[in-house]
Amino acid sequence: MPPVDAAALIAGALLALGPAALAFGGPARGAIHAAATLLCLLAAGTGGAALLTGTTTTLTLPIGLPWLGARLALDPLAAVFVLLLGLGGAAASLSSIGYYRHDPAPLRSLPFQPPFLGAMLAVLLAADAFSFLMAWEVMSLLSWALVMVDHRDAATRQAGFVYLVMAAFGTLALLLAFGLMAGPAGGYGFDAIRALPPAPLTVAAILGLMLLGAGSKAGLVPLHVWLPLAHPAAPSPVSALMSGVMTKVAVYAFLRVAFDLMPPAPWWAGSAVIVLGAGSAVLGILLAVVEADMKRALACSTIENIGVIFAATGLALAFRSGGMPALAALALSAALFHALNHMAMKSLLFLGAGAVLHATGTRMLDRMGGLIHRMPATAALMLLGVTAIAALPPLNGFASEWLVFQAVLASPALPQSALQMLVPAAGGLLALAAALAAAAFVRLYGVAFLGRPRTPEAAAAPEADRATLAAMGALALLCLGAGLLPGLVLDLIAPAARQLTGAALPAQAHQPWLTLIPVSAARGTYNGLLVGLFVALSAGLAAGVIHRTASRRLRRAPAWDCGFPQSLPDSQYGAGSFAQPIRRVLGRTLLNARETVHMPPPGDPSAARLTVTAADPAWAALYAPLGRGVNATAAYANRFQALSIRRYLSLVFGSLVLLLLGLALWG
Amino acid sequence: MGLILSLLVQGVQMALVVALAPVLTGVVRKVKARLTRRRGAPVLQPWRDILKLLRKEAIVADSASWVFRAAPYVIFAATWVAAALVPTFATNLQFSWSADLIAIVALLGLARFALALAGMDVGTAFGGLGASREMLFATVAEPAMLLITFTLALAAGSSQLSTIAGAMAGPEMGLRVSLGMALVALTLVALAENGRIPVDNPATHLELTMVHEAMVLEYSGRHLAMIELAASLKLLLSLSLIGCVFFPWGIAAPGDGVTTHLTAAALYLAKIALGGTALAIFETAVAKMRVFRVPDFLGIALMLGLLGTLLLFVSRGL
Repeated sequence: MPPVDAAALIAGALLALGPAALAFGGPARGAIHAAATLLCLLAAGTGGAALLTGTTTTLTLPIGLPWLGARLALDPLAAVFVLLLGLGGAAASLSSIGYYRHDPAPLRSLPFQPPFLGAMLAVLLAADAFSFLMAWEVMSLLSWALVMVDHRDAATRQAGFVYLVMAAFGTLALLLAFGLMAGPAGGYGFDAIRALPPAPLTVAAILGLMLLGAGSKAGLVPLHVWLPLAHPAAPSPVSALMSGVMTKVAVYAFLRVAFDLMPPAPWWAGSAVIVLGAGSAVLGILLAVVEADMKRALACSTIENIGVIFAATGLALAFRSGGMPALAALALSAALFHALNHMAMKSLLFLGAGAVLHATGTRMLDRMGGLIHRMPATAALMLLGVTAIAALPPLNGFASEWLVFQAVLASPALPQSALQMLVPAAGGLLALAAALAAAAFVRLYGVAFLGRPRTPEAAAAPEADRATLAAMGALALLCLGAGLLPGLVLDLIAPAARQLTGAALPAQAHQPWLTLIPVSAARGTYNGLLVGLFVALSAGLAAGVIHRTASRRLRRAPAWDCGFPQSLPDSQYGAGSFAQPIRRVLGRTLLNARETVHMPPPGDPSAARLTVTAADPAWAALYAPLGRGVNATAAYANRFQALSIRRYLSLVFGSLVLLLLGLALWG
Repeated sequence: MGLILSLLVQGVQMALVVALAPVLTGVVRKVKARLTRRRGAPVLQPWRDILKLLRKEAIVADSASWVFRAAPYVIFAATWVAAALVPTFATNLQFSWSADLIAIVALLGLARFALALAGMDVGTAFGGLGASREMLFATVAEPAMLLITFTLALAAGSSQLSTIAGAMAGPEMGLRVSLGMALVALTLVALAENGRIPVDNPATHLELTMVHEAMVLEYSGRHLAMIELAASLKLLLSLSLIGCVFFPWGIAAPGDGVTTHLTAAALYLAKIALGGTALAIFETAVAKMRVFRVPDFLGIALMLGLLGTLLLFVSRGL
């Protein structure tokens, strides 16, 4: 069977699992999630097979627009993302078997979750504007339904509302973009769009609309505000899917239009994407540093990683418009590699956060602590996840960020001096984001898993269920494997880079010791396998020699703490106190962070209070004025609600005359 | 012959850095003591301390997990691997291609990550305080380090340290404004990374201003020895890095004979001793700054790194 037929069948089967869930009801949830896991694994296999052969297969189904049908295609670009979706979907579905086991209302999520996966798969397969937008909208609505699972919580309803508004806005932008691409002739098939490239300015307008449409789904600043609300509100496997996979589907949409459907854009379009990406990276991770809610911090870190992916994509756009396909392939491979890595890391972390939420009943970091003693397996897997996402060697997060930096280092080759100046500054911002990510994840892990338990619930937390642990373990293996053997992953995604840029990285599998050599051996090389091996060997050697020859005695004693041990667990550094230095230094300007001390007057024995406020600047700068504008317009339009019949008739007449005039002038 | 020599160089370097690092710490302490008219401990005292600690039993807090016990070895290993990849007296290290300057900086980041987690593990206020401040400093130091890497990579055409050192030793490099800026910036970053005055005071204890010492407060015995050794290694690495990039005179290139390697090694020892002395003089002359002034201090490094990069874009000759 051609890969595209297989993928289409899988998408259909995943969509059909929704009605099946309704038919069989809650008792069948285990079977349905298990079926979704299998289907996702099949999808991953299909994507991988399509990548290995490097071929494009197409299929036309007799549904959708009557004269067009639903065109589907599985080319290398789509295959990379089908692979990503398959792996991420399989892990989330596997963990769902355990996660929803004690769910009192399984039908709130069960009919939506497998079809959500199917809709995302359909977006990746779509090869005409109509089926693409259709699948996109189904994906948005199903994910909205999943966000609203816990609809009794007012915060969840608020998140759902914001998400719905942003999703509608994003689809509108996509609709306009595809309208521009189709042109007056209305060629909605992707091959028709490719055959008629629009004028350069139209290309820039289309890319701008795609940034709005895909960027709002991916969480690009300043369209990110819904993401820290909606992703954490959903059940944790769904959070993993939304952060790990759905944001990548949005990245796919941007790549598909910017590289495949459109000719090279003007160079300043690339620089705009670089600036937006680098800005998203810094702002997103800074929000994660000050966030007190574990799942919201993870969602904010998604904004950062999407920023890194978009910055690399912008670099690829710039190299492409400068006529340097090899360097464009380097930047694009970095973006694709980071997308794959982020799927693995973020799904792992969200599944772990779900286990912690189950075990402690809270998402607030300051109500956890010491979970490593109660949940050893979850803690070990989460440690791997935070190390990977903090971009530390030898794990996968570092490998892809290293590749991004190599692309940044190649920027002197760009012809425009404005870009030459911009790219190193953007590289500095990405390094800042990476360093902040390390701080954010030391804080998240240190406060939640290390130290002493802060509440009785944290002290009695049970270990995660086996299905979730298995899913996390598989994702951790992916993180480790992609970190140690990045060359193999790059070789796998090379057909996609070649399809979009006309060039690809040199084959990495034949390099000695599987060293990563993006451009040439003299420019910079990295070998994850050797670095990992060296660190492991040196640590083992040191430990072995010391234990054998010097001393291996160990005594447990109360903590020393400078001679004044505090028995209260609240004396530990918590989420707020850990963030304080960074909040003061960077948050004061970027997040408008303020600390106010309320001192009782002299003689008053009541406690002093410290109030800390920090807010996402996008709300105050963009959304609050927008909301006020909408309200003012609505209040103004309200006047037309109670007019006399004469006025309504004259309004109707007036608009008729205006429309006829317009028709006469342009017709 | 070339392979044997470079394997030999790699092995010698790995042993050399471990043996030399505590001695360097001892030299710095000795010079500082002499400058303040004290006699000071012998230069081998840090080695004696480490050996003494290794023989003692390790006391671990009741609330500590395996992270606390594993972290010292990870910290030591990551620092050691990083130090083994920075050219000291010869550029033809057998494994220099396994990590470029970005990866070496990231290895130090791994060590810092492990140390900060270990500081949080026992659940005391001091550990968290040290960890949170350390991560703040890293937040500013890491982008500065990347921009310095940028400047060097643009000037030398590579982010590979051995290639950079070779290019810097070459005749066509000459004096450049941007490299001067990179040198100042790298020195500032190195001071912060190693917790030296004016950022942190390696000699303090029981003060609210401390950073590194606060994180390792709960450590004892062999674990503390590993951390002390790693801290010394990091100082040596920083000095070697500055030496091989900005003062690469006499460094042995691939293809040089055994005698060149020996003189290069002697020259390297002299450079390190000189660097240690300069550090001691600097630390004696300046005062420690408030914690919230440190980001400004590192901000200078960040700006110098960026300026150095931009100058190179304006003109390759600057």
